[in-house]
Amino acid sequence: MTMAMTDTETNKGFIDVRDMGVTFGANDNKVVAVENVSLNVQPGEFVSLIGPSGCGKSTLLSIVAGFVKPTLGEALLDGKAITKPGSDRGVVFQQYSLFPWLSVRKNVEFGLKMAGVEQSKRNTTARALLDLAGLLSFENHYPDQLSGGMKQRIGIVRALATSPQVLLMDEPFGALDTQTRVVMQEILTNIWQQFRISVLFITHDIEESIFLSDRIYVMTARPGRIKAEIKVPLPRPRRAEMTDTPEFMNLVQELKGLIREESLAAMAPEIKDRGLSGFGMKVGPKGVGEIF
Amino acid sequence: MGSMASAKIVALPMIEKHSDPEPAAVAAKSSAAEISAVETVANASAPVTSSELPVPASEPVPTVSLTKVLRSLLAQITRERLITAALACISIGALFLFWYLGTKYRFEFYIRFKNVPTPYEVYQQLTQVGLSNKYLFNIAISVRRILLGFFIAMAIGVPLGLAIGKYQRVRDLFMPVIEILRPIPAIAWVPMSIMLWPNNEASIVYITFIGAFFPILLNTIHGVHSLDGVLVRAARCLGASEFRLFLNVILPGSLPHIFTGLAVGMGVAWVSLIAAEMISGQFGVGYFTWEAYSLVDYPAIVLGMITIGFLGLACSGIIRMVGVLLMPWLAFAPGGRR
Repeated sequence: MTMAMTDTETNKGFIDVRDMGVTFGANDNKVVAVENVSLNVQPGEFVSLIGPSGCGKSTLLSIVAGFVKPTLGEALLDGKAITKPGSDRGVVFQQYSLFPWLSVRKNVEFGLKMAGVEQSKRNTTARALLDLAGLLSFENHYPDQLSGGMKQRIGIVRALATSPQVLLMDEPFGALDTQTRVVMQEILTNIWQQFRISVLFITHDIEESIFLSDRIYVMTARPGRIKAEIKVPLPRPRRAEMTDTPEFMNLVQELKGLIREESLAAMAPEIKDRGLSGFGMKVGPKGVGEIF
Repeated sequence: MGSMASAKIVALPMIEKHSDPEPAAVAAKSSAAEISAVETVANASAPVTSSELPVPASEPVPTVSLTKVLRSLLAQITRERLITAALACISIGALFLFWYLGTKYRFEFYIRFKNVPTPYEVYQQLTQVGLSNKYLFNIAISVRRILLGFFIAMAIGVPLGLAIGKYQRVRDLFMPVIEILRPIPAIAWVPMSIMLWPNNEASIVYITFIGAFFPILLNTIHGVHSLDGVLVRAARCLGASEFRLFLNVILPGSLPHIFTGLAVGMGVAWVSLIAAEMISGQFGVGYFTWEAYSLVDYPAIVLGMITIGFLGLACSGIIRMVGVLLMPWLAFAPGGRR
């Protein structure tokens, strides 16, 4: 099976979330996590979802992945309702999710094995993907022998091994240090450049979302709603130097402004009313947006 | 002792093979190298899939020479290992010395060594009966009972534990009866077992099974519960069916705890077996020991005890060795040997 991604196939991977509402618990313990959210990811588009912690962005991703059922509304992939997890949607998690008992190569092969692909074919695909991730020399290592950044790179290529139509990423670099994270963003944008599949990327890092995305949805504090939708007009392929351009800086400022209010609301309503100065805190020129 | 030492040696070549510099340092080096590598392909604008990527050639198979093997074996005799071996000798030597001195001077101060046979008498006993058919037959009978009881406990305990750990409803159904039966010691089952089973042999195997079953079951359940949920979610995203999930994720993920259960279960199985053999048995090492007491054959008592000790040690050593062979990744896990 040659899985050459022709132009017709590139049109697959359309995520459509309509009037989504998610409520956890019942009666007194009822928590509205997500309210009236509609968003979409066009085939081959890189879309980020950004918002303060606890705004329900991970919940939205869980729904698209098929782990959680929405209370209201629906999530569609290429017009079909999403009901359960499947290999048509690759998922990269925030926590390291490699199987510790499998070698690096066997981890990458896992999805193909589940699909019943024969051993020699699995091996070939896995080795090619590991080469792409720059980790071929580690194919026989166990995940516990690798650093966090290496584990996440393997997590990404493992999710790509089954040739999914979309890639769902839940703060995949959240646990990494800043330097590693910047390198990982470049690697991801390069890998994406080659595969050109739809990506829904969850993050709370403003620069990260701008650097990677074609489009960014900004969410409000709980209950999560879509506050704004921002297009990123930066050219591709993206390069690390672009983060110093005025266009990039302007986008950062715009997003910081949008998110500042929401992060204040997410922390505590009292802070929002009185302002941080009321608590004797010093707020820098960039405001609380710094915490993102 | 012997089985433990060999288990370590078996495990070692695997560890040595993976001895790399600090993973973090390697990570830094490789990520720098791969950025340039990735950038070169990044300019190719046509989208590709995993199957179209260039395939790197397989690594050449390394050849092994005898001298290399010998050298690596010699390299394993390190200072640390020598100290470990010396302390093990001291530990066992002290026990024998205490026994020897106690029996030599007929030590009598609350505990009485008056009737305790000397190490030499036990050694003589071993050379007399050691190769006799009766002694070896008793050992064979006990080992057969242990293996039967233990493997039945494993065959039922592991799958049941996986199911209870995974499914709330199975748990709701089985746990109440398990919680009632579990506190009953295997020895308390002896009278009931004799009534229950058609012959003596079956009832002893049953008691051995009871001893091994609960540690195996409970550790398996615990293993499933301690499995990181993200691994199950990851497997589902990669298209694992329910059956595949059990076989490829839940079972290997629970394996460290299952082996803890097997080791504990094996210990309890021996305790239960010896007690059952002493109370109701014909044949077996426990029966041999008790019969020696009835016949006032003191050296045979000690020989029976030492035999039980060695058999138990050999069994847990084998389990540990199989565990190391089946779970090589544990050497690198946090808190592992490296």
